[in-house]
Amino acid sequence: MSKIIIGRYIPGNTLIYKMDPRGKLLATIFFVCIIFLANNWLSYSIICLFSLLAVWATKLKPKVFWDGVKPLIGLIFFTSLLQLFFTSGGEVYWKWWIFTCSSYGITNAVYIFIRFTLIILISTVMTVTTMPLEIADAMEWILTPLKIFKVPVDKIALVMSIALRFVPTLFDETFKIMNAQRSRGADFNNGGLIKRAKAIAPLLVPLFINSLQTAVDLSTAMEARGYRGSEGRTRYRVLNWSKYDLYNLGYFVILTVLLLIFRTH
Amino acid sequence: MSIKFNNVSYIYSPGSPLEKKGLDDVNFEIKDNSFVTIIGHTGSGKSTLMQHFNALLKPSSGSIEIAGKVITPETKNKNLKELRKHVSIVFQFPEAQLFEDTVIDDIAFGPKNFGYSEKKAKDVAKEWLEKVGLDPEIGNKSPFELSGGQMRRVAIAGVMAYQPDILCLDEPAAGLDPQARKQMMNLFVEYQKAGHTVILVTHNMDDVAQYADDVLVMEHGKLIKHDIPKNIFADRTWVKKHYLNEPTASMFAAYLTDYNFDENPLTIDKLVDEIKSNLRK
Repeated sequence: MSKIIIGRYIPGNTLIYKMDPRGKLLATIFFVCIIFLANNWLSYSIICLFSLLAVWATKLKPKVFWDGVKPLIGLIFFTSLLQLFFTSGGEVYWKWWIFTCSSYGITNAVYIFIRFTLIILISTVMTVTTMPLEIADAMEWILTPLKIFKVPVDKIALVMSIALRFVPTLFDETFKIMNAQRSRGADFNNGGLIKRAKAIAPLLVPLFINSLQTAVDLSTAMEARGYRGSEGRTRYRVLNWSKYDLYNLGYFVILTVLLLIFRTH
Repeated sequence: MSIKFNNVSYIYSPGSPLEKKGLDDVNFEIKDNSFVTIIGHTGSGKSTLMQHFNALLKPSSGSIEIAGKVITPETKNKNLKELRKHVSIVFQFPEAQLFEDTVIDDIAFGPKNFGYSEKKAKDVAKEWLEKVGLDPEIGNKSPFELSGGQMRRVAIAGVMAYQPDILCLDEPAAGLDPQARKQMMNLFVEYQKAGHTVILVTHNMDDVAQYADDVLVMEHGKLIKHDIPKNIFADRTWVKKHYLNEPTASMFAAYLTDYNFDENPLTIDKLVDEIKSNLRK
């Protein structure tokens, strides 16, 4: 039971998996920026091609990516529809009350749709190929400059990694307590709202008590092993740049250059 | 209430990359009113098997006949309460399931869920508080003020209070002191003698030798042996090969190479008898 996946990480061993999480995180943020460089059909086609290539390079089933897009599909369509009916300009095909449907509107709607979908696809590529703990490490690295402003980056990072580490543990614990209470005749699935709210107490009380106990135990264990704050500590998971990160960099340099050349100036 | 497993398999997270077989084509039948132990090393599928007894897990294929109900992969999650009244599980470290304000309320939680009146639930709670060897005084305390061992007993009382016909226990004595352990085991033996079935998951081979009528040995989700303790421990190399241990008495007997044993003594009493008869010769 302890193998519940947190986040959406799916184990694998393709090219993208070998890239450094810092590079992947930065590249994802960078992608969200450069997608705004695309402003005509050609540049949009280029960025689509590059994104699909990245998706293909994970060698994962398309369903994984569809699962990433699915929860947001409503929002994407809604935004596209707003663009479609509220953009004026170009040739007007249809008009009713405050709604217009123009050639600009149609192009904009399609652009927005593509932009949204690509952003989700690329962030899915990152989240399915990077373990949550690696993402936390990468975020810590990116936030490091904030140390100048006395932001306790390493403490924040420690809190993040501990939280992530204990998500599966809490899941396990929840299932265990649920099963124990079900054995005692508790019913979590039937009944009205009040009955269900009442049914949750036998689950929440032990869960809280166990979590607090775990937290106390963990802090004792950390102190027993000489933890004195994160200052000057070496790392267990060392992040290393490798040649794969050059591929990552090269990929985005080429994409950016192509976009700059082919966008409408 | 007998239990019958027909070709039961269970798969964890089917269809995902983490798919794993929990049970693999398990077949067996347990007789009514017996004391059964389930053994096998960590991760062999003991707990998975146990969670099938009251349909907390349902088989991915095959069927289970238990307490007059047949559980198949299609069984709905509703209406399982009746089954759980007859077949109940005490999980490992059950003290983690306590939540009520007072010890009595916590023990009464199960009985109330299974239709006992408020008053009757409290009465049986008081009765079982004493039966598990606790002072009636602590009945009005918060369960969180108790010691670990006391909490364990309260949790076990909370399940035994509604007297399930089949009581399954996952390592109920782990971490208890020797005295408490013995009391616990006696409690379960008495419960079985009063006409119930007790199923015990354990790593303690002495308990297996002493109490079990029937032993199930699990390995990699498969039931590799189902027999009486005497036959389970008959083949020393087989026991070793499957990462099991012999009971202390048998291990001791193995050192006494000059002695002639009529049969492999599994319990201390048996061992003493055998040594005595050897000395007389």
